[in-house]
Amino acid sequence: MNNQPNLTIERSSVELTKEDFVSDQMVKWCPGCGAHAILSSVANVFPKIGYRKENFMFVSGIGCSSRFPYYVNTYGIHGIHGRAAAIASGVKISNPHLSVWVATGDGDSMAIGGNHFIHIIRRNIDVNIMLFNNQIYGLTKGQYSPTTPMGSVTKTSPQGTIEHPFNPGELVLGAQGTFFARVIDAVPRLMTEVMFEAAKHDGTSVVEILQNCVIFADKTHDSVTNKEHRDDRTIVLRNGEPMIFGKDKNKGIRLNGTKLEVVTLGENGITKDDLLVHDAYQHDPGIHLMLAKMSYPHFPVALGVIRSAMYPTYDDMVEEQITYAKAKQKIKTVDDLLNSGETWEIQ
Amino acid sequence: MVKTKSNVIQKDAVVVKFVGDSGDGMQLSGTLFSDTAALEGLDLATFPDYPAEIRAPHNTIAGVSGFQVHVGAKKIETTGDLCDVLVAMNPASLKANLKWAKPGATIIVDENAFDEAALKKSGYTENPLENDSLSGYNLVKAPVTLLTREAVKHLSLDNKSADRSKNMFALGMMYHLFGWGFDHTYEFFGKKFKNKPDVIAANKAVLEAGFNYAETIEALSSVFQVSKAKMEPGRYRNITGNVATAWGFLAASERSGRPLFLGSYPITPATEILIELAKYKSLGAKVFQAEDEIAGICSAIGASYTGSLALTSTSGPGLSLKSEAIGLAVMTELPLVIVNVQRGGPSTGLPTKSEQSDLYQALFGRNGECPVVVIAASSSANCFYYAYMASKIAMEHMTPVILLTDGYLGNGSQLFRIPKVAELPEIKPPIAKPNDPDFKPYRRNPETLARQWALPGTEGLRHRVGGLEKEDIYGNVSTDPLNHQKMVDLREAKVQKIAEFIPEQEITGAKEGDVLVVSWGGTFGPVSEAVEALQKEGKSISHAHFNYIMPLPRNTASVLNGFKKVIVCELNSGQFVNYLKMTHPGHNYRKYNKVQGLPFTVTELVNVFNATLEEK
Repeated sequence: MNNQPNLTIERSSVELTKEDFVSDQMVKWCPGCGAHAILSSVANVFPKIGYRKENFMFVSGIGCSSRFPYYVNTYGIHGIHGRAAAIASGVKISNPHLSVWVATGDGDSMAIGGNHFIHIIRRNIDVNIMLFNNQIYGLTKGQYSPTTPMGSVTKTSPQGTIEHPFNPGELVLGAQGTFFARVIDAVPRLMTEVMFEAAKHDGTSVVEILQNCVIFADKTHDSVTNKEHRDDRTIVLRNGEPMIFGKDKNKGIRLNGTKLEVVTLGENGITKDDLLVHDAYQHDPGIHLMLAKMSYPHFPVALGVIRSAMYPTYDDMVEEQITYAKAKQKIKTVDDLLNSGETWEIQ
Repeated sequence: MVKTKSNVIQKDAVVVKFVGDSGDGMQLSGTLFSDTAALEGLDLATFPDYPAEIRAPHNTIAGVSGFQVHVGAKKIETTGDLCDVLVAMNPASLKANLKWAKPGATIIVDENAFDEAALKKSGYTENPLENDSLSGYNLVKAPVTLLTREAVKHLSLDNKSADRSKNMFALGMMYHLFGWGFDHTYEFFGKKFKNKPDVIAANKAVLEAGFNYAETIEALSSVFQVSKAKMEPGRYRNITGNVATAWGFLAASERSGRPLFLGSYPITPATEILIELAKYKSLGAKVFQAEDEIAGICSAIGASYTGSLALTSTSGPGLSLKSEAIGLAVMTELPLVIVNVQRGGPSTGLPTKSEQSDLYQALFGRNGECPVVVIAASSSANCFYYAYMASKIAMEHMTPVILLTDGYLGNGSQLFRIPKVAELPEIKPPIAKPNDPDFKPYRRNPETLARQWALPGTEGLRHRVGGLEKEDIYGNVSTDPLNHQKMVDLREAKVQKIAEFIPEQEITGAKEGDVLVVSWGGTFGPVSEAVEALQKEGKSISHAHFNYIMPLPRNTASVLNGFKKVIVCELNSGQFVNYLKMTHPGHNYRKYNKVQGLPFTVTELVNVFNATLEEK
């Protein structure tokens, strides 16, 4: 794989640092909110990506996560509810030399913005989407969202929700997504690593961040992400490596018939060779979908880059069509156009 | 062409309407007739009238498709109230259109199409060709189907294929009626059916057969003669309003140096703008067919921020969906043109019919104090100019502009004098310079109150915009009460200031008098003709037709002041008259409104204006 991020974006001639991306605005998220760690990871990874600082652009919708553009010193649009993906599509198509990032939440992108979310993915526009999934509407103070676990008691579900939640990875792959990764807000190292991979990927990348909302859905991901048991209940996928997890590195995932299965190394003669080896780059999304859907308690939750498949991007194809048309079409100027076809002179 | 019978009737203008079943090729007959008229040196306006359904049931009223064309030796501003010649290819089309024929009009029918089944489907209880119901007309019963089959006999086509050329028989008859040649039509066959010599031969044979038939029969012994129109010298073409709109945008993009981006979702009757712009990638036009109306405008806002001439095209229901995003463009003070090709509403309404009922929506249909510029085109051809001006104003004043056209303007066509792009007004977008130490996102040019356009990628200008209220000058988020008041006032003042940059309102006729007729947008044709007719009779009546609606031209008050009565005519229930009452109170306003999905006729307007003149 190519280790250089997208070459159509101009690279910085000077070494950039975290300070280059810190804005002068006061960060107004609640103390303890998972978003602080995400902001810090972005400021850490942007200099490493290496583009000119003027070529980064943030777009957001509405919600706690969507205040993000104000807190990063890049070009940015804080849009309207649900529409970040649509705005970002216009940004990237209009100027493909920008590295475009979307900050969005589970309500913003999967409820009101669900349509734009699936269509940007289907088109494979080269935009990086950071999906802050805290399973709750925070800015409106605690209503259930499309990812809230069924049965959860929230302000609008006093008897518990009766809705089946979305698994974002499943939706991304259903929309023919080419890149999907999952991280935890409390593990910044993996987060920056995955964001770098997302930047490198040509096409729409979706990074689901399991984020904690300290006020309205505190510890919503705790059964999986708590440090105490995180190693046993999650698996960090790395391309080319066998799927091993657990505090003692003794558990693994294997394919048994058409299903995934958790096995213990050394039991029943199971060795490393029996385990699935992660292939994030394969086109067939079958295994990727099974990995994205793994959930506790039957499986560890998959973290890291689950899928990163190479497909042509919409924005590249737009440019190709324009180049081709400019070479082939007879109409080169608007005057040519105005005088094309049936015209006649009146004296 | 040799005319053997020379009973020639001189005409200033003639209205011809081709009607038939959806599959009868009436749009093609009409188009070829119009193009030939234009090449003969006549001025013209056309309007296609087709059903909302793609293939409505055969031979029914619902399936009638029509094409009306008004040709003349004078300036043609309307497609004509009633027709002088009606060509009807089946009973349903005759039944649906007879009311649009002038008393005594020539009606040409395909008598072979009036069989029992077709008569029944169209709702006729008896054959109108065989009773005296059409005695008030010059009825020409032509055996079109039979003679068409006869004419192509030598080509061994089956009847179905032969019948496809029926429309050319009717066209041939019309060419005889007007004394026009076949050259352009032959040229068209040659291009259209390049590799199908049989089809070319069939169409030519049928066209000639129709011409010869018309020459032979007594009923058409007289022919029309329409002399060449006196038009401003120059190069001309025929153009529909939607194509003219698209081309106006392309011209504005080229002249301003800003790449064109259209984010749009298909909707009748605006789709042709999307289709047309999608053709011109060679001019760098980027056209994004979005997943919905909201994505159409939001993608355009994203493109605008990055420096494109950003556009979104739609019709009424789509404008409703775009309302919130228009607010975002107002708050972020980004250039954006929203085209609304108006149709009948509310809700899905009358998708293929025309109306002016979205004016309130354009002016007021958003949350908050949310001023946008509103401009309306008034002819199919000047859609080009107003699309150009909408783009110029949007970019130079950093504001969204709503351009109102309508189904009649969009689908109708007119002759268009081809301009040179270099001769169009200059467009100078206020683009911020790299590393400008004085740059602040919301610092304004005192003359226009427009902020600068700082394009991503530019060194030293990184900044954020968004829908939250902005701090004056600095553009940071602000909830300060006095700042909010100031920004609300500034956004309003910025739009009002545009009045200093647009032309003054013109009056056709005397600047003072009894009655001022006020109209706006797509009704220019019939209103101006009606006023002109009364002016010729010496009546004290003048006409002011508005293209700039928000802001109004700076001399609007003095225009209104000169008249005892002001009658405002619109195809809605009175939206512009109420807007004038609000902005310019104290005049003796009357109104004339129609909301039927139909344009005004000159006749009805003359009657209304006469009544207004006589009223005490």
